[in-house]
Amino acid sequence: MTAKNPSQPNGAVIHMDGIRKVYDTGKVKVEALRGVDLEVQDGEFVAIIGPSGSGKSTLMNLIGCLDTPTGGTYRLSGELVAGLRKEQLAAIRNRRVGFVFQNFNLLPQITSYENVEMPLLFGGISRRKRRQRVEELLDRVGLGERMHHKPTELSGGQMQRVAVARALAMNPDILLADEPTGNLDSSSGGDIMELFQELWEGGRTMLVITHDAALARRAPRQVEIRDGLVVRDNTNGSTDLMSDSIVDRPID
Amino acid sequence: MSWIFNPLRQLGRDLRTQKMRTFLTTLGIVWGTVAVSLLMAFGQAMHHQMLKNTAGLGNAIVIAFPSLTSMPFEGLGKGRRIRVNEEDMELVRQRAREVGAISSEYADSLQLKLGTRTMAVDVSGVSPEFGEMRNMIPQMGGRFLNALDEKNKRRVAFVGDELAETLFGSGDPIGQVFRLHGSPFTVVGILQAKEQDSSYSGRDKDKLIIPGSTFRALTGQKYLDLFILASNVQRTKEATAEVRGILAGKHRFDPDDEEALGIWDTTEMFQFMDSFMFAFNLFLGIVGSLTLVVGGIGVSNIMNVVVEERTPEVGIKMALGAKSRGILGQFLAETLIITAVGGALGLLITVGICAVWPTGTEEYIGVPRVSAPVAALTASLLGLIGLVAGFFPARAAANLDPVVAMKMN
Repeated sequence: MTAKNPSQPNGAVIHMDGIRKVYDTGKVKVEALRGVDLEVQDGEFVAIIGPSGSGKSTLMNLIGCLDTPTGGTYRLSGELVAGLRKEQLAAIRNRRVGFVFQNFNLLPQITSYENVEMPLLFGGISRRKRRQRVEELLDRVGLGERMHHKPTELSGGQMQRVAVARALAMNPDILLADEPTGNLDSSSGGDIMELFQELWEGGRTMLVITHDAALARRAPRQVEIRDGLVVRDNTNGSTDLMSDSIVDRPID
Repeated sequence: MSWIFNPLRQLGRDLRTQKMRTFLTTLGIVWGTVAVSLLMAFGQAMHHQMLKNTAGLGNAIVIAFPSLTSMPFEGLGKGRRIRVNEEDMELVRQRAREVGAISSEYADSLQLKLGTRTMAVDVSGVSPEFGEMRNMIPQMGGRFLNALDEKNKRRVAFVGDELAETLFGSGDPIGQVFRLHGSPFTVVGILQAKEQDSSYSGRDKDKLIIPGSTFRALTGQKYLDLFILASNVQRTKEATAEVRGILAGKHRFDPDDEEALGIWDTTEMFQFMDSFMFAFNLFLGIVGSLTLVVGGIGVSNIMNVVVEERTPEVGIKMALGAKSRGILGQFLAETLIITAVGGALGLLITVGICAVWPTGTEEYIGVPRVSAPVAALTASLLGLIGLVAGFFPARAAANLDPVVAMKMN
């Protein structure tokens, strides 16, 4: 199950080869991805850019194992995802990846605390450890004081920070964010970008889908998707695209 | 643990947001449960009561009345009276293998004198076996007639409970002496009150029972009026045929002549009653179950709505790593909790109704109560309905595609 592909260099977390995704709506078949090759190394910060309908979100859903590709091979840390059962995919979503969505996707009826606690519940973490972890995470995103507020009592920026805390709950090595600042004002969006920056510096692999050129520039690598294909993969990390903070990032 | 507590918390939330609908759904289950358990409780009570009433006459006995022949036999014409005496009884006792116990009964209306009062009472002279066969249970401090009474032609009497009250009022009648047909008799026992819904010569509560030997000596009657016999419940036909055969040989009548010896097989009544009550209870159970099934459909409906409303939530949970099994379990548990709460309330209501059921109807419908089998049957029916009602909506939720589900926001 975890046979490593010997052709892959060490540290490739995501390895996609000729990935295709076709949505069959009965009458029409929509080809959202038409053969995507993508390799992401451990600890990379990748911005995925492209116009609406280009297939960015589909790609992210596939990377996060929310969906399975129609064709091609996808290896997560060398493990072939195609052969996994539903419950195993759920376990990957629980432990390996954290999702941050444009519309936050918090459950409105429960508090921040309970929202962040959810992945820990699904992961079978003990009550005592859950409490410790949730408090630590909410402190980390600066919402220790709002632990028992419901999402409706929070601002958009605060909600997104709760969502980030939730994505980090099981300490995943990959963080996937789909337009994380799309619904935020520029100041809140900036806070979230700062947070991402810190997380990346902490060693996480980050994939961020964005329209926001400023956020995209923060990433040392930009992958552009158009009509279901990768049309540009800028891995040179040209300094003019990057903010100072990234240039100044200590080498780890 | 979260497995147990999460659905509870979830349910609490649903209850808050969906008060009216959840209330109505639970009401459906409550009503269904009341219908099932109450119908079964009453059905069982009636069955019990009917058995009890029938047993008032005796425990699966056959009653035989010597009568007139209806078929010519060996040159003898029909219409001949068959007269049976103690000698014949003795013969049957010796020869009949299928017969477990037998008792003759001599009956007449005799004059009773107590103090200044005089009245006519129905008197039966019987064998000691009669007591057990006919469920004549004495009240505390008394006894039924025994073999020595019979042997020594003692002038002792076993008195029906209502007759005893008429005669002696509320005082202790045991040991009291009265005169019957001119001779003094001592009371040795009083019948413990019993339900009796069938009889052949008046109710036992109004009767005076004395030893058969004493009766014969007192009245000079030689031939018995009837006799009763007990056998294996499954073999009353064979026992009856055997007895008829023995008497036919002795008295020279056709053993196939059913009228020469009239037979009342009370076990037939038991058997009929058993199958009748089974069918009746089955009917009540089905009617109640259908009501409960309708309630279950209501629960299934509301769970479908709940799943639909919570589709985005399910999607989010799946994205966070909830397993399909867990989602299935969550909705199933919620359904089962609604069913369990509704069922518990329903059973409580039934227990309440049984508790406040007015007295005075016991003789007809018995005492309804939620017995262990009724409760167990209701509970398992509820569990089944909860599972079925919850399974399909829960499976629909578990099979959702997380990407699509999240977009339903």
